[in-house]
Amino acid sequence: MTRPASSIARNLRALGEWLDYRLPISSFWHDHMAGYFAPKNFNFWYYFGSLALLVLVIQIGSGIYLTMNYKPSAAEAFASVEYIMRDVEWGWLIRYMHSTGASAFFIVVYLHMFRGIIYGSHRSPRELIWIIGMLIYLVLMAEAFMGYVLPWGQMSYWGAQVIISLFGAIPQVGDALVEWIRGDYFVSDVTLNRFFALHVVALPLALLALVVVHIAALHQVGSNNPDGIEIKVRKDAAGRPLDGIPFHPYYTVKDIFGVAVFLLLFAFVIFYAPELGGLFLEPDNFIPADPLVTPPHIVPVWYFTPFYAILRAVPDKLTGVVLMGLAIAVLFFLPWLDRSRVRSIRYKGWQSKLLVVLFGISFFRLGMLGMGEGTTGQTIESRLWTFVYFAFFILLPFVTKYEKTRTPPERVTGGH
Amino acid sequence: MKHIDIVIRSALLAVLVAAGDGLAAGGERDLPEANINVFDTAAVQRGVRLFVDYCSGCHSAQYMRYKRLAQDLGYSDEEILAALAPPGARIGDAMTVAARVEDTRTWFGIPPPDLSLVARIRGTDWLMGYLEGFYRDPERPHGWNNIVFENTSMPNPLWALQGIQEPVFEEHANGDGTTTRRVVGVKTGTPGALDAAGFHGKIRDLVTFLAYLGEPARLERHPLGKWVILYLVVFALFAWLLKHEYWRDVE
Repeated sequence: MTRPASSIARNLRALGEWLDYRLPISSFWHDHMAGYFAPKNFNFWYYFGSLALLVLVIQIGSGIYLTMNYKPSAAEAFASVEYIMRDVEWGWLIRYMHSTGASAFFIVVYLHMFRGIIYGSHRSPRELIWIIGMLIYLVLMAEAFMGYVLPWGQMSYWGAQVIISLFGAIPQVGDALVEWIRGDYFVSDVTLNRFFALHVVALPLALLALVVVHIAALHQVGSNNPDGIEIKVRKDAAGRPLDGIPFHPYYTVKDIFGVAVFLLLFAFVIFYAPELGGLFLEPDNFIPADPLVTPPHIVPVWYFTPFYAILRAVPDKLTGVVLMGLAIAVLFFLPWLDRSRVRSIRYKGWQSKLLVVLFGISFFRLGMLGMGEGTTGQTIESRLWTFVYFAFFILLPFVTKYEKTRTPPERVTGGH
Repeated sequence: MKHIDIVIRSALLAVLVAAGDGLAAGGERDLPEANINVFDTAAVQRGVRLFVDYCSGCHSAQYMRYKRLAQDLGYSDEEILAALAPPGARIGDAMTVAARVEDTRTWFGIPPPDLSLVARIRGTDWLMGYLEGFYRDPERPHGWNNIVFENTSMPNPLWALQGIQEPVFEEHANGDGTTTRRVVGVKTGTPGALDAAGFHGKIRDLVTFLAYLGEPARLERHPLGKWVILYLVVFALFAWLLKHEYWRDVE
């Protein structure tokens, strides 16, 4: 007599084998999860990679549901968002997940990038991972900017107006370019429509593709770690890195804990502070877009304000735009600007540590100044921190080349 | 290095919390706190009455449906329609306005704005200050000015309750012999039907309703949030235990 349970198990196994013969399921699982060895000393900073992936999934999921009720037309967009907030079942939750998720994405990505900078995760042979990551960041900025236009509030409208007009500073082609982006002589229904298309189809596709390539490139060379040493150098008889542990189950369970803590903070914002004091949702964006009334004080959302502060620090528009573009572009070259013998900040000299701290402070202060009204005092301080921001990149090659470093240990330290 | 990590971690958290607090307070610095509570159903009920009696003649609340009011305020559909809606309105209708936009533009210079989201735009502190801040100003077309919103287009709809406030001026020497007069406050002129405390209570009710009107979902999200967070705390605890269990064999 056959027992039903074992017959089910046998059939399932047979189905599994059938599939695995035709699809590289178990080899994929082995290569990227159970057989992918990651350094065992990942610390707090290493949560943000998986969290960025989580936020991407949250954004796509909540975004799909928003799309079911949102109307991408200048006449209906604002009202449809309020319809979602009031009349759609759980619409308020979906909308707050999406609006909070946008800010969470940047928090997580900024921390993820900072991790790369301090531990030298962009150094050879991981330059390409960093460059793909920077491309993700660029697409993310475009995605966030266009998403912010969709609710069609005053800040959506005038923020779009200001940011698009920056392209107008480019000599010769500027005006034509601005018109081409807007698809109209001013920000209008046409602009909203195309931003909707880009926000919900084109850019998410680009993001997903880049994320896959980012992870593929990472798994090709293996992860860096807080000590900045290669774990592949020392292996056991079976060829496994002595300081490596399989990503699954060790980092999957660890990341689940990270996810839990992240979701706690995320839920706190969604349920108790979805506007986060005007940082995540600006009060002026609850006013429907009005092309005839310019708000007295136009500022982008917080994640763009460091660059906005750099823009405003320069009196000349074109120079300001160039400097702002440079502030982002220079990040691409970071893998080659850092010329230290060691990767990790742990074994660099005090000069490097000081530089990184100043860089962090400058970015943070610029972010705060970019939210201000642009008073003379703020402009002067913005200039100071703009100088510090760029000084980091200018001094980095020399400081890292000539400072005294310590020799990293042969085996990784700390962790758990 | 470990210490630096901990310092950075704590700093990040502190900054996040402080940034939220600081900016929340930033926009409304000169005004006393409104201190309203949207969970005070009685206050919202009194507020919606005031809204219908004094505001909805000119101001719409086009995103608010009578049905939602009935559900959230604990009334039956019939009660809401009888008490608040114009004749012929149906329960699924939104609180639109009877006056025509062209007319209101003629009367006030600009059409009175929809008030669905006014509490989210201005904040409740501002609304309290504004609604209590009207004073007589013969130079304005309709005779009213406001201490919080200078040269407002809106006349004081509640003057019969509040009475008529008079401006308090401060003379300001310009250096070239001329002086500028600036309004620095208001004082009671003609008393109204209510004393200051009674009027303040009325305005609080009205602003409580406006806060509710700005985001009815708040009545759902606050009570639900507790359970979500409690669940996540338990989940995080188990996740940590699971991680700890697995990581025991990592030296």
